[in-house]
Amino acid sequence: MTTTPVLEAIDETQETQGKQPLNVIYEWLTTVDHKKIGLMYIVYALIFLVIGGFEAILMRIQLAIPNNHFVSPQVFNQLFTMHGTTMVFFMGMPILFGMGNYLVPLMIGARDMAFPRLNAFSFWISAFAGLLLYFSYIGGSGLYAAGSAPDVGWFAYAPLTSKVFSPGHSTDYWTLAVFLSGIGSIGTALNIVTTILCMRCKGMKMSRMPLLPWLYLVMSCLVFVAVSPLTAAQVMLTLDRYLGAHFFDTQAGGSAILWMHFFWIFGHPEVYVLVLPAFAFANEIIPVFSRKAMFGYPAMVAASVSIGFISLSVWAHHMFTAGLGPAGNTFFVFATMVISVPTGIKIFNWLATIWGGKIIFAVPMMFMIGFLFQFLIAGLTGIMLSAAPFDWQLSASYFVVAHFHYVLVGAIVFSLFSAFYYWYPKVTGKMMSETLGKWHFWLFLIGFHLTFDFMHVPGILGMPRRIYTYEAGRGWDTLNFIIGIGAIFQAAGTLVLVYNMIHSYYKGKDAGHDPWDAWTLEWSVPSPPPSYNFAIEPTVNSRRPLWDIKHPEDPDSDYES
Amino acid sequence: MPAWILRGAAFSLSLVAGTAFAQTPTNVFDPAGTPARSTFGLSMLVLSITLVIFLIVAGLLLYALIRFRHRPTDSNREPAQIYGSNQIELSWTVIPILIVVTLFLTTTRVILGTQAIPKPASAMDVTVIGHQFWWEYRYPKSGVVTANELHVPISDPASPTPTYLTMSSADVSHSFWVPRLAGKMDLIPNRVNTMWIDPEATGLYLGQCAQYCGTQHAKMLLRVYAQSPQEFAAWIEQQNKPAQQEFPGNPAATEGQAVFMKNACINCHTVKGTVATGRFGPDLTHLASRDTIASGPIQNTPENLKKWVEDPNTMKPGSLMPAMHLNDHDLDVITAYLSQLH
Ligand code: HEM
Ligand SMILES: [Cu+2]
Repeated sequence: MTTTPVLEAIDETQETQGKQPLNVIYEWLTTVDHKKIGLMYIVYALIFLVIGGFEAILMRIQLAIPNNHFVSPQVFNQLFTMHGTTMVFFMGMPILFGMGNYLVPLMIGARDMAFPRLNAFSFWISAFAGLLLYFSYIGGSGLYAAGSAPDVGWFAYAPLTSKVFSPGHSTDYWTLAVFLSGIGSIGTALNIVTTILCMRCKGMKMSRMPLLPWLYLVMSCLVFVAVSPLTAAQVMLTLDRYLGAHFFDTQAGGSAILWMHFFWIFGHPEVYVLVLPAFAFANEIIPVFSRKAMFGYPAMVAASVSIGFISLSVWAHHMFTAGLGPAGNTFFVFATMVISVPTGIKIFNWLATIWGGKIIFAVPMMFMIGFLFQFLIAGLTGIMLSAAPFDWQLSASYFVVAHFHYVLVGAIVFSLFSAFYYWYPKVTGKMMSETLGKWHFWLFLIGFHLTFDFMHVPGILGMPRRIYTYEAGRGWDTLNFIIGIGAIFQAAGTLVLVYNMIHSYYKGKDAGHDPWDAWTLEWSVPSPPPSYNFAIEPTVNSRRPLWDIKHPEDPDSDYES
Repeated sequence: MPAWILRGAAFSLSLVAGTAFAQTPTNVFDPAGTPARSTFGLSMLVLSITLVIFLIVAGLLLYALIRFRHRPTDSNREPAQIYGSNQIELSWTVIPILIVVTLFLTTTRVILGTQAIPKPASAMDVTVIGHQFWWEYRYPKSGVVTANELHVPISDPASPTPTYLTMSSADVSHSFWVPRLAGKMDLIPNRVNTMWIDPEATGLYLGQCAQYCGTQHAKMLLRVYAQSPQEFAAWIEQQNKPAQQEFPGNPAATEGQAVFMKNACINCHTVKGTVATGRFGPDLTHLASRDTIASGPIQNTPENLKKWVEDPNTMKPGSLMPAMHLNDHDLDVITAYLSQLH
């Protein structure tokens, strides 16, 4: 009855071995293999991570001391626009899609994504969108008036984006780049949903599916619902700018609030699009390094799905200061507070998973511990901001910047780093250096806390965000200086990671199939997996197929309802 | 490592508390008016609830990490596998729901208390119009128009005189934020928002635009002067006068006035009682009575005025006032004129 997943090494020579470099490049450019596409996503996103990080450092240098003249206001405004846009659309989304692309088929026992060609198309169009965004530095005002990257903010509020207030083409670069990346995202989301629903291996009922694909399923559904309105808004904005439509052109009677709604109907679920994969990694990694099954699998699934739904009804908490009136505000306070319940369930279930385990403090687990603490704090400051009057004070201040960087960096990036260390051996067949990993962890952790803990305070002291300079005497100076130092630590940590990834590729220890003694299907195939993933289609009887094989005396299937 | 985290947390918390309660002119946690004060009360409640949650959860997490770490002496066996527990999971669903309901009700009360109470008959009205990158203030009852420095009476509980701000924007979105008086409210084109402030004590309250509005968003500062009812009445009376027209014994100012009226200044600025009726820039009728120019960042001194008129963009890059290309003599006399507009 039990067909075992293939544990034996498959005798497989690397397809690219011994080929001409040109052929190798050609192979990557034309590949439709989900793993290669996943890796390309990750590499492209890492490049943008470095670029976006560089922009952040420039901004922090400018703000490190009051009345600084390091960059001009124009340049600063471009920097924060490019930083935000890059990190959300060209770092966050692609890197998470890349991880999903790589992992989802392997974890559900499939040989590839449902639509391999669409997959390649989605990748290339997203990559092109990123290039287009940065091409604005050359083309924003025509080649001869170079240097006009978008400067309307990543949220691009109307009517600052209308032709009157934003002449030239810089805003068009922003619009087009985000539009194209949206098309890519929708393509990938479609692919992931179809793959998960239709291509699970034998025996993998939805209730036996690992949590990572579950979360990717919810995330992809959110992408449909969230990115489509954004795409529509981009089209409307372009109509405004070029064909004299007046959706958002307030000088001609258009509505600025309409843009806000469109943008945040996208923008809020987008936060969950980014954070659900981070949860997904936590759900896989925390159990393995605690040596325990995930506590409360059904509750985790239910919480994820309800987070998906509730996240669609909270967008206007970004608009508490837009004058929605007491009724509107109250509704969105409620919806926003409610979402903390399923989120809390997740944190408690992770805690219960660790409880009674035998925790191994390898680098992936260290990053996960950082993730847990930081996500806890992010959630709690989120609850504070959901109380609208608190938000009237602190929205658009540095407190909010601290809050959402706790989510984006403290939770998502930490979880992602953890995932890098965890799955790198599978992808390359080599272990990453633990020593370098610890250097990376500590540098980044210290830098993170120096930057973002202290950032709450200038917000409380009245420092608005998106200002290129400030006067001395508000109590902001010392704090901003410390924040700047933290940013440099984080940059150093990231460089250690990049070095570690390259170094370990050549010098790392061999990983074997299953270096972490884990339980999901991707660890049953060789590292790196062959292009067809599974020599024989696997069959599973429980949520942890490899556990059943390793512990035939006490298989999971006995406990799962 | 956990000890490190603990010490680090304790350190940052004490530092946060220390700085957050510092006496700075824009400290949110140092309220000086009703809306800011009720927000402060709510904030403290929310902060303490979240702090307790943090201490409990983080404490449990730390404990688990220390207690359940893998020890080299451990036999190699895996720990007992526990798949879940309905009772436990139900408890950490229900308790958060109760907390959420409590928080929600308290929050709603503060929202309604700020945004849904009737306006008292004694209230003052001011229309606030946001511009790139300065503020226009109009007092509909007295007809006073001024810029960048808002004067309001203080309001004491015995005879409350809150100031109701009716807010809109002439161009892009802005946001009015004076942290010690109230939370922020956006000024959005084609839309009218309202908020109210009631400073408890006389003095100057600072703030600044909180909605990104273009190049000089950073220097769109706010100054609110809270005055005793007598001072405020005197200020209104003074502002209501037309601009000074004759400058006996001050030929520079007289000449400056002529130069001003001959130049494009009048296309953008109003000086009440003269041909200058522009609306694009701040009203200059009583410019000299203001402490600062260009919405806060620049002290209103003759040298600064001269530098400003010579080329606004060196003092405030991105400002929408163009350099007028005046010669040094004209700059001097215009400065002399502007300095007389009390
Ligand atoms: C020689 C002629 C002019 C003089 C003497 C003059 C004087 C001034 C002064 C003293 C201020 C500061 C006002 C305050 O902060 O309350 C100011 C601000 C301003 N002026 Fe003018 N002005 C002149 C021409 C113009 C013109 C032609 C325009 C319109 C194109 C203009 C638009 C503005 C604007 C938009 C501001 C606000 C700038 C900001 O704070 O960002 N001015 N002007
Ligand atoms: Cu503004």
